[in-house]
Amino acid sequence: MPEIRLENIEFGYDPKIPVIKGISYTLDKPEFVCIMGPNGVGKSTLIHCLNKILKPTAGIVYLDGRDVQEMKLKELASHMGYVPASSQDSFPLTVVDTVMVGLQNDFKFGTNASDLQKVYDVLKLMKVEHLAMKNFNELSAGQHQKVMLARGLVRTPEIVLLDEPTSNLDIKHQIQVTKTLSELPRTKGMMVIMISHDINITAKYADRIILISDGKVFADGSPLEVLTKENIREVYDVDADVLEIDGRPHIILNDAIDDE
Amino acid sequence: MMTKYHKYVVFKLMFIVACIIAMVIVMGYAATIGSANYSAWDVYRDIWYHFVDPGQNNPKMDHVIFDIRLPRIMTGLVAGMSLGVAGAAMQSMMKNPLADPYTTGISSGASFGATLALGMGITVTGIGGTIGLVTTAFVFSLIPAAVIILVSSLRNTSAATMILAGIAVMYLFNAMTTLIKLSVSEQTLSAVFQWSIGDLSTVTWTSFRVILIFTVAGTAILFAMSKKLNILITGDQNSTALGLNAHQLRIALLIIISLMAASVVCFTGIIGFIGLVAPHIVRIFLGSDNRYLIPASAAFGAVLLMVSDLISRVIIAPTFLPVGVITAFIGCPMFLYLLIKQRKSMW
Repeated sequence: MPEIRLENIEFGYDPKIPVIKGISYTLDKPEFVCIMGPNGVGKSTLIHCLNKILKPTAGIVYLDGRDVQEMKLKELASHMGYVPASSQDSFPLTVVDTVMVGLQNDFKFGTNASDLQKVYDVLKLMKVEHLAMKNFNELSAGQHQKVMLARGLVRTPEIVLLDEPTSNLDIKHQIQVTKTLSELPRTKGMMVIMISHDINITAKYADRIILISDGKVFADGSPLEVLTKENIREVYDVDADVLEIDGRPHIILNDAIDDE
Repeated sequence: MMTKYHKYVVFKLMFIVACIIAMVIVMGYAATIGSANYSAWDVYRDIWYHFVDPGQNNPKMDHVIFDIRLPRIMTGLVAGMSLGVAGAAMQSMMKNPLADPYTTGISSGASFGATLALGMGITVTGIGGTIGLVTTAFVFSLIPAAVIILVSSLRNTSAATMILAGIAVMYLFNAMTTLIKLSVSEQTLSAVFQWSIGDLSTVTWTSFRVILIFTVAGTAILFAMSKKLNILITGDQNSTALGLNAHQLRIALLIIISLMAASVVCFTGIIGFIGLVAPHIVRIFLGSDNRYLIPASAAFGAVLLMVSDLISRVIIAPTFLPVGVITAFIGCPMFLYLLIKQRKSMW
């Protein structure tokens, strides 16, 4: 498993107004890591600094000791998969062809049986194999997300970065998908890094939570260590009670605390 | 799933083959039309013996077919291919269904070049006549693309920024063209107008050969890049995450598409609609997988332009209408009909 090490990462779309203000952490084993925090604290920006979509204004992201900015995109992509928060797909492709795009890091021209089998397996994993021959742009927002997840996972990359992959799913499918993702470190040896807003589903399935506040790591550890009443109040301005059920926190959200 | 997918692939391949067969049939049929009446059999026979055993051919018929009709038909064929392929690639690259080969201002650059040559006698080669006109239109048609590439190189730009830069340059060239038009005679103005609406009546085997080189090379490169184009339509972020530099790829594509479109526009003037409509009609049947879309758009674009040219020759014979008018008259209703008929949402 490659090691990801962030050293004092800073980033701002306007250099005078940093979104990320010196984040450091290390990830070095197959686990299900959830990045949490309020809107606008830099969660997606942080993920984009990991896979070279953005270049940090300061600090270095290392992959197995190498600065990712020095790595070729193709080489980086061979280690890291990515699922964006929303689809930017603009023209009609079937679901099979859409997922197949995720395999095309090696830019082979043809479609062989082994590629099709990989696509079928990942569609089955996401429970959307019945949509295989439909056009991607005819699907619902929830189905889009499942197909995009399939596209990000089809190569079984060592590391996969997921930007709110369950935001359009109903609660049943949120639980199903998050459970499936949480099993990938054990079943496939992958490191899954996911941005999530659903505090209870994350609490139930995450191995590790990195809580971001104001562009910095506020807390980093197991769900029980990170999702405390005090941390939730401090980071989210929300009054909550935290129960412990089967060794995991369960959060009862009481009320939002007024800004004044 | 596997069986259904294989059937879908076979359907796509059959569609491409059908387009190629249609292309050959239309080419042969178009050569039968004219003041001298020849059957399709005569035409194919003449073409065969022209290369295999020229002595077998009737010299008069061979002259009519090879020196008068085929240069126009074959130029229409390769120009249609070029515009169809360039349109398909431009739409995928810009992620915009409204894009066509002229989106980056190629037509406005070419118009300015042609107006400069026809109106003021200024050419890039320093010689007048057709060579001066064609080379000047070609060189100026590439200037808008060069400006866009320059702007793009200053920072990583999105497809939308490239389109906007193209529109800005287009307005500038249009303004300069208007300025020249205001100062020329009515006769010159008429020649400029005639050039600008797109016409195949002045093309020769030389035009065919030049367009053929750009079309074959451009189509082969774009076909080889078709999987990368498939990645590009999933968005820049996803492309980067899949190991593709979207910005660099877009610049490479822009250069190829511009050269293809410029090679056509400098000989034929601005033939609109083919580059916009041919890929869309193909997309209705085949979807957006560029591995199939590009070859099918080539064949379909060729058919569409040859049929349009055929109609332009016969509709008010013996007078020829400019083919640019006919492409819009045929393409527009066909496109609207298919848009209304098709059940699937396409864009």
